[in-house]
Amino acid sequence: MQRNRLLLASAALAVVLGAGAAGAAGKLAVVSWGGAYQDGQKIIYFEPAKAAGIDMVDESWDGGVGVLRAKVQGGNAGWDVVQVESDELEIGCEEGLYEKLDFSKIGGADAYMPEAVHKCGVGAIVYDFVLGYDKDKIPADKAPKSWSDFFDTKTWPGKRALRMGAKTTLEIALMADGVPADKVYEVLRTEAGVDRAFKKLDTIKKDLVFWKSGAQPPQFLAAGEVVMTSVYNGRIDAANKKDKRNFGIVWNQALYTIDSWVILKGSPNMKAAYDFLAVAGKPENQAKLPNYIAYGVTTKASTALIDKARLPDLPTAPDNLAKAKMIDTEFWLEANDKLTERFNKWAAQN
Amino acid sequence: MTDVVTAAELDLVRAHARAERGRRRTAFLLVAPLFVFLIFTFLVPIGDMLRRSVVDTDVASVWPKSVEILRAWDGAGEAPATLWPALAADIRTSASADTVAVAARRLNYAVDGGRTLVMKAARRLAKVTEPPGGDWKKVFVELDEAWTKPATLTALRRAAGPTTDFFLLASLDLRKTDTGAVVSVPEKDAIYRQVLWRTFTVGGTVTLFALLIGYPYAFLMTRASKRVGAVMTVFVLLPFWTSLLVRTAAWIVLLQEHGIVNNLLVWLGILDHPARLIFNRVGVVVAMTHVLLPFMVLPLSAVMRGIRPETVRAARSLGATPWTAFRRIYFPQTLPGVAAGVLLVFISAIGYYITPALVGGADDQMLSWFIAFFVNDTINWGLAAALGVVLLVCTTVLSVVYAKIATGRRFA
Repeated sequence: MQRNRLLLASAALAVVLGAGAAGAAGKLAVVSWGGAYQDGQKIIYFEPAKAAGIDMVDESWDGGVGVLRAKVQGGNAGWDVVQVESDELEIGCEEGLYEKLDFSKIGGADAYMPEAVHKCGVGAIVYDFVLGYDKDKIPADKAPKSWSDFFDTKTWPGKRALRMGAKTTLEIALMADGVPADKVYEVLRTEAGVDRAFKKLDTIKKDLVFWKSGAQPPQFLAAGEVVMTSVYNGRIDAANKKDKRNFGIVWNQALYTIDSWVILKGSPNMKAAYDFLAVAGKPENQAKLPNYIAYGVTTKASTALIDKARLPDLPTAPDNLAKAKMIDTEFWLEANDKLTERFNKWAAQN
Repeated sequence: MTDVVTAAELDLVRAHARAERGRRRTAFLLVAPLFVFLIFTFLVPIGDMLRRSVVDTDVASVWPKSVEILRAWDGAGEAPATLWPALAADIRTSASADTVAVAARRLNYAVDGGRTLVMKAARRLAKVTEPPGGDWKKVFVELDEAWTKPATLTALRRAAGPTTDFFLLASLDLRKTDTGAVVSVPEKDAIYRQVLWRTFTVGGTVTLFALLIGYPYAFLMTRASKRVGAVMTVFVLLPFWTSLLVRTAAWIVLLQEHGIVNNLLVWLGILDHPARLIFNRVGVVVAMTHVLLPFMVLPLSAVMRGIRPETVRAARSLGATPWTAFRRIYFPQTLPGVAAGVLLVFISAIGYYITPALVGGADDQMLSWFIAFFVNDTINWGLAAALGVVLLVCTTVLSVVYAKIATGRRFA
């Protein structure tokens, strides 16, 4: 009896370990960001992919290249195609966590906007960090127009929110201090530039709160906790559409970035992975995404297919794109550790 | 009272020992799955973390030739002349294998701009196979003078591995000078000692509040009728079943500038102006106490249920005042529960990072926030592991000291 129980226990353990060790070839696992975004993806990418005979399941994650590193180095990822942020793309590529992409299998590199083409990943969406505010509280004639206005606590009294951490916060501070968008990283690469950014932040320090999760800034605005905030443009749009809010976006001096699809190294489902990326890279599929969420898409041909009334809400609308500055991943790869420490040091000083 | 053991007695002893052995084996087999589980989910990960805080093979894994030379060099005087051709070859090989960034990142930890330095070299050297005049050192100097500076070379030599004290020192705001002396980092770069202190302050404050609220709550819970007791238990467990974001949003609604709490306080005339109650330390302590309260209440109520009410009644009948009866008879019997609750809450609290991140300000982030940042965002696992070691050591020391105090008091 006892022996049987032990046998059972070790058998169970073997099953658990075995399942962990065998690279589960079969269903393609596609991993994205969850929420309203993934709900839209299900309809426009995942369902058509399944209809085209790709045997796939979708999962969601919260990001963090450390997660991917642990999975790939652990020998079994369990995931095949993952949507990652730009720094996750860069670090993971350098670490050898992703397969090198063969663009000829997904419509050719020329089909995509140049910023969306990377040796390890293909751009999926373009989105902005914008200045968001509540139009019900700030009348149109007093609407803020730039990050300088964000720092103007005389004209617009009240608290304002920025993302917790150095990334995007320092860029915003420099632009507010009059540095032109295309010079921001040049200035930030100097010690004096970093000092300048923190000095600018000092001027509104007592009015600053920080958000951690992308869901927070619209909550802050809705609660009246802040008068302005940095926020993902898609969140503002969703709050306006779903919660009937009247939030405004300042597209001027927006910071944009691209999330990309990658194939994890050693995926046992390479063919299905490419087939899926091809479906997700079809302009006619991509052009439907803005119906669900206000992100720009990455194929050149899709812009023409997007509803003209919807286009101005998107980061990829030519007008909006022209006013935006791409976040410099290369810079942050080098400086993130030190500047994050510095940011926390700054925050703890009174 | 005799030393003579008869044969029959000896048989009995043997039979007893046999039975004991059997029982022990059964017991062992029963806990074996748990034991295996603990090894895999607890000991192995912790061991791996400890290892990662001192192991340093990033550079060695991609630049093997240079590392061999660097390990042999004592760091005095000029770098060996053989280093430069080896370094050039290593950089070129690793660049074509797309692994050069691994070394670049490691060097970047110790040298400002180290990443750019290496990546630039990788791009240039891809085109150079034979140095002009056979002088590789000159090639590096022309690339960037920083290559031959002592600071760079020292950092390179120390990154050669296979082990390092770099991360552990960094996690305590210490560093080694070029001559090998351990010194504090300049004040403007020091951060982790302050963060560690902050972590314990927040943990201690939360524990204190959890005890102040949890003790009377647990007392009432054990004294109340069955139905009321059950309702009270549900209230305590509620935060466990609520999604983190919902819980946070609820606290924002309650504690924001024109939220319910502030409006009430102003209306009652207690405050003239709304106080700042969230996105600062107050918010962190309130939200964390809320979440961690069950860890205080449950062990306390378990212990309190086991206390026989006769003991207090006996004290009262012998003339003790209610306060004395509580202080001398009841409270000492709850101490094991207090100890367990305090330990559970404190140790959980110092590991928190997501709640402080959501309801705290930028100066309320605890050590775990940095660990999560280095693990997930920049994959500086060495520093993350070192910070983990610091947290682990502090926790272990504190719990040992605490256990000593708690048991000492009970038997005094």
